[in-house]
Amino acid sequence: MTHILLDPTAELPETAVRSRTARPKALDGLTVGLLDISKARGNVFLDEVETLLTRKGLKVNRYTKPTFARVAPTDLKQRISMECNLVIEALAD
Amino acid sequence: MVDLPDGLIVVCKRDCPTCVLVQPVLAQLAASGVALRVYSQDDPGFPEGLADVADDRALAVSYALNIETVPTLISRQGGGEVDRIVGWHRQRWQEVSGVPDLGPDLPDFRPGCGALNVAPGMPEKLAAKYDGDRLHSRRIQLGDAEDVWEACYNRGWSDGLPVVPPTPERVMRMLSGTRRDPQEVLGVMPPNRVPCNVEKVAVNAVMAGCLPEYMPVVLAAVEAALEDDFCLHGLVATTWFSTPVVVVSGPVARAIGMNSGVNALGQGNRANATIGRALQLTVRNVGGGVPGGIDRAVLGNPGKYTFCFAEDTENSPWTSLSESRGYASGTSTVTLFAGDGVQGVFDQQSRDPESLARSFAMCLQVVCHPKIVYAADALLVVTPEHARVFREAGWGKEHLVTTLESLLMRQDHVLVRGSGGIAEGIPGPAEGKKYPKFRPGGLNIVHAGGQAGLFSAVIGGWPASGPKGSNPVTKEILS
Repeated sequence: MTHILLDPTAELPETAVRSRTARPKALDGLTVGLLDISKARGNVFLDEVETLLTRKGLKVNRYTKPTFARVAPTDLKQRISMECNLVIEALAD
Repeated sequence: MVDLPDGLIVVCKRDCPTCVLVQPVLAQLAASGVALRVYSQDDPGFPEGLADVADDRALAVSYALNIETVPTLISRQGGGEVDRIVGWHRQRWQEVSGVPDLGPDLPDFRPGCGALNVAPGMPEKLAAKYDGDRLHSRRIQLGDAEDVWEACYNRGWSDGLPVVPPTPERVMRMLSGTRRDPQEVLGVMPPNRVPCNVEKVAVNAVMAGCLPEYMPVVLAAVEAALEDDFCLHGLVATTWFSTPVVVVSGPVARAIGMNSGVNALGQGNRANATIGRALQLTVRNVGGGVPGGIDRAVLGNPGKYTFCFAEDTENSPWTSLSESRGYASGTSTVTLFAGDGVQGVFDQQSRDPESLARSFAMCLQVVCHPKIVYAADALLVVTPEHARVFREAGWGKEHLVTTLESLLMRQDHVLVRGSGGIAEGIPGPAEGKKYPKFRPGGLNIVHAGGQAGLFSAVIGGWPASGPKGSNPVTKEILS
């Protein structure tokens, strides 16, 4: 017997998944954003990363999400995208 | 779309003694010259003696006219229905047709029989056949040799337990439980941030095992989950245990047979079990909140299959959770709380409210960790035997909450990191301050449970409560 079922998913087309932006070949002259999501000790990790990057002569901008539990506010995401070429996010504890 | 003529329409079937009885009446009507069309549900050779009986064995006309009983006489003018008589009723048939002396040998009145289009299982089949274009979900055709239950597993639609295969017929039946348009978008569902409409909720409600009458509750629960205040995205993604806990308040709980009594937080009640599961399956299948993917729970909890119960408002000494959250008495609501598992509170000795409140406070102190404050909310489920202690002492809910908040104040020197030989705690140093365990409004109380058992329950919440994460959200159950 043939069964017809209705798809319970959102039926996302493959194009809904954005392809990754190509990685830069070199970091020279680029600005790196460091995003602290407000998880405990995420700042310790990012401090170390900032030290390493500035030692290489890169410009570093620091950003902080108001709370790790919520998606970053749109204006913060827009600021980072306008002010930086790359972003590093301290995602987990 | 069925094309219906103006004039008189009769829907009948041979397998109905009343239809057989009115055969001479139909012949009289045809002979009188009135515009008449007769539809037969089971045999186009019936009624006998009429020149052209319309064949409605496919039940398209009966479905379109929403016939419930045969014979039904309908009068139409200007493309619309102006009158309808169910069964045989001489006087009314004469009034509507304008033809006198109908069926002089017949009794004045005779009830009809059930129409075939409303026979068990038929309404949803006909809805899928004739109104199937209301469904926009992709139709997946399984191979003849494919096991339908295994097919649902194989496509990743299940929470680990079997799901009811979502056929178009079942989804149409589920949609009969709501007046809302299948394509109405309820909101944007995380984590994939996709629009979630009524139809997709219905598909997942079918899989969860819901009955159509649960749909308004499921829809309100999904809408509550999609409120920004509830922070579903973070809740799905967290490494903590929490998940939406669904508390149903008001008359709808009883109307659909929910359990607020014995074993209210446990298994065995279809509405409790499947409403919570429908929400979880919708988050999984529509939102993409899959364990090991975006759902990063370090352990999770069994409530992530389903966690839904009804508040016992009828026997409660207190106002309901719904009323505490600003809704009028008698309003049906769902409240979603980002909660964990159930922690029992054992107190078989307290007979005065002060003692019992101190027991509650001691048990509430351990939510998350005894040294963590102002983080998680909590839901205290007070059972009838414990509630009786407060009822007899005249303690209102607010009195109990205020007392608990006072009892839960703790000095910072026992809370700071390192105190008690435990590294965890609030950041120091201690400055001689007192801290409340919960944020204002973070402790909510509901009444539920069986009549016997001097135990209550604490349902701890997500440490990311309030503006930094999730607030409980209440929605009225409408349609």
